Amino acid sequence: MSKLLARLENVTAGYNGEPVLKGVSLEIRENDFIGIIGPNGGGKTTMLKVLLGILEPFRGNVDFPTGKINIGYLPQASQIDRSFPISVKEVVEAGLKPDRAWSHHLSKSQKDAAHKLLKEAGMERYYKKPIGELSGGQLQKVLLCRAIVSNPALLVLDEPNTYVDKHFESELHQWLKKLNEKMAIVLVSHDVGTIPSLVKSIACVNGTLHYHPSNQLTTELLKVYDCPIDLITHGHVPHRVLKNH
Amino acid sequence: MTDFISLFQYTFFQNALMASVLISILAAMIGTYIVSRKIVFISGGITHASFGGIGIAYFLGLNPFFGAALFAILTGTSIEWISSKGKVREDSAIAILWSLGMALGIIFVFMTPGYTPNLMSFLFGSILSVGKSDLVIMLVITLFTALFFLVWYRPIIYSAFDPEFSKINGIPVAFFRYAMAVLVALAIVVSIRAMGIILVLSLFTIPQSTAMLFTNSFKRIIPLSILWGWIGSFSGLYIANHFNIPSGAAIIFMLTIQFLVIKGIIVVLEMQKRKK
Repeated sequence: MSKLLARLENVTAGYNGEPVLKGVSLEIRENDFIGIIGPNGGGKTTMLKVLLGILEPFRGNVDFPTGKINIGYLPQASQIDRSFPISVKEVVEAGLKPDRAWSHHLSKSQKDAAHKLLKEAGMERYYKKPIGELSGGQLQKVLLCRAIVSNPALLVLDEPNTYVDKHFESELHQWLKKLNEKMAIVLVSHDVGTIPSLVKSIACVNGTLHYHPSNQLTTELLKVYDCPIDLITHGHVPHRVLKNH
Repeated sequence: MTDFISLFQYTFFQNALMASVLISILAAMIGTYIVSRKIVFISGGITHASFGGIGIAYFLGLNPFFGAALFAILTGTSIEWISSKGKVREDSAIAILWSLGMALGIIFVFMTPGYTPNLMSFLFGSILSVGKSDLVIMLVITLFTALFFLVWYRPIIYSAFDPEFSKINGIPVAFFRYAMAVLVALAIVVSIRAMGIILVLSLFTIPQSTAMLFTNSFKRIIPLSILWGWIGSFSGLYIANHFNIPSGAAIIFMLTIQFLVIKGIIVVLEMQKRKK
């Protein structure tokens, strides 16, 4: 079995003393591609916050058996203030940590790495542009560059499909598949239409978590997991379940 | 014009010019942060709450600058704390601190026996009566703020732009947000001396708005705001002298005219471009 990168153990977490997640456990290994689905308010983002270390769980713990790992994070697009006067270059460079602890200045090779990544993403001509001039899809690309510029061992994405068009969505999926060769990915989405074909395994979060070690979703499975989901498509042959169950 | 030039030989006018130069630099840096983070209302709260400190300092016979600074810093850091906890409605909390500060100020200034400077100079400032010690405080705070920005530019803007991501990436976000709350408070307090409580925020927002007609980069908004701040304050001092009107109000008038004229020119140029 591949190396264990991170482990949530019996985590209960929430806000203002009110638990949203109840006793959730999850293991993330090298080369994993886990799709996290579930209804809004079910605790998907809360779980990510615990994993990322920005929310202290009420109970349970998060540990990294191989030592603290570098995690890349793509927040929900709605969290980004697009009128903030910051350039594409500055946003991507936010993903880099300075070489020297006492200084906050980046080395030339770090800046070059950020530039190269934007070039590969086809965003070079926006390099010095403010983020306010980008479309939804372009902004997502820039934020994804920020998340991966430091070559993280684990990439965490929160709803990367919102505010983007179909064209960008397929481009994003290609990109994620390629990135998955180098890093583990955890992707949160309420859109179960496209997720199953992309990921290797699925976890359904609705207060509690149910892990499903393949990307095949069946109605029986969802019934057991109490995941109210409207539509499922997966595999090469589209298979849709249109009723709520 | 000659009578304006003759003013330069007077110390009070030299001090006023020096104060405009320094405050424009300070307000350009801090104002760009305020405008970018959209915390103009918070800054209004800090400004008005500081009046409580001024009143208490007068009552106790202390230097009003320190009273104001203490109140402003307490207000700024409390609001930062409230917004990070997210339990209380932030805008209501600001309004409470805003009016409580003003109320305390009025009560203590009223209770202070003997001579107190008139209320108008607190509210509208008096740049023409800025003294040597005021200039020293302005210089120290301006230099300190400039140094802080030079050394920690990246963490300052990243903590403001996306605090969650920055925290994950190892930036001590809480430290930088509180440190900036203190710097915002100090910048407002030293500027109140010249512009007064009611007018002071103009220096932190109008030059920035003019600068943002030209650029949308944090780094470039600052020097452009300094430039517009200087032009606005110098021309304001000139018309204040020429028409014998209060200087603070004249400076704001000129800053606004400057913004409107430049905005107008840009709109006309764009219309012409579209015609072609």
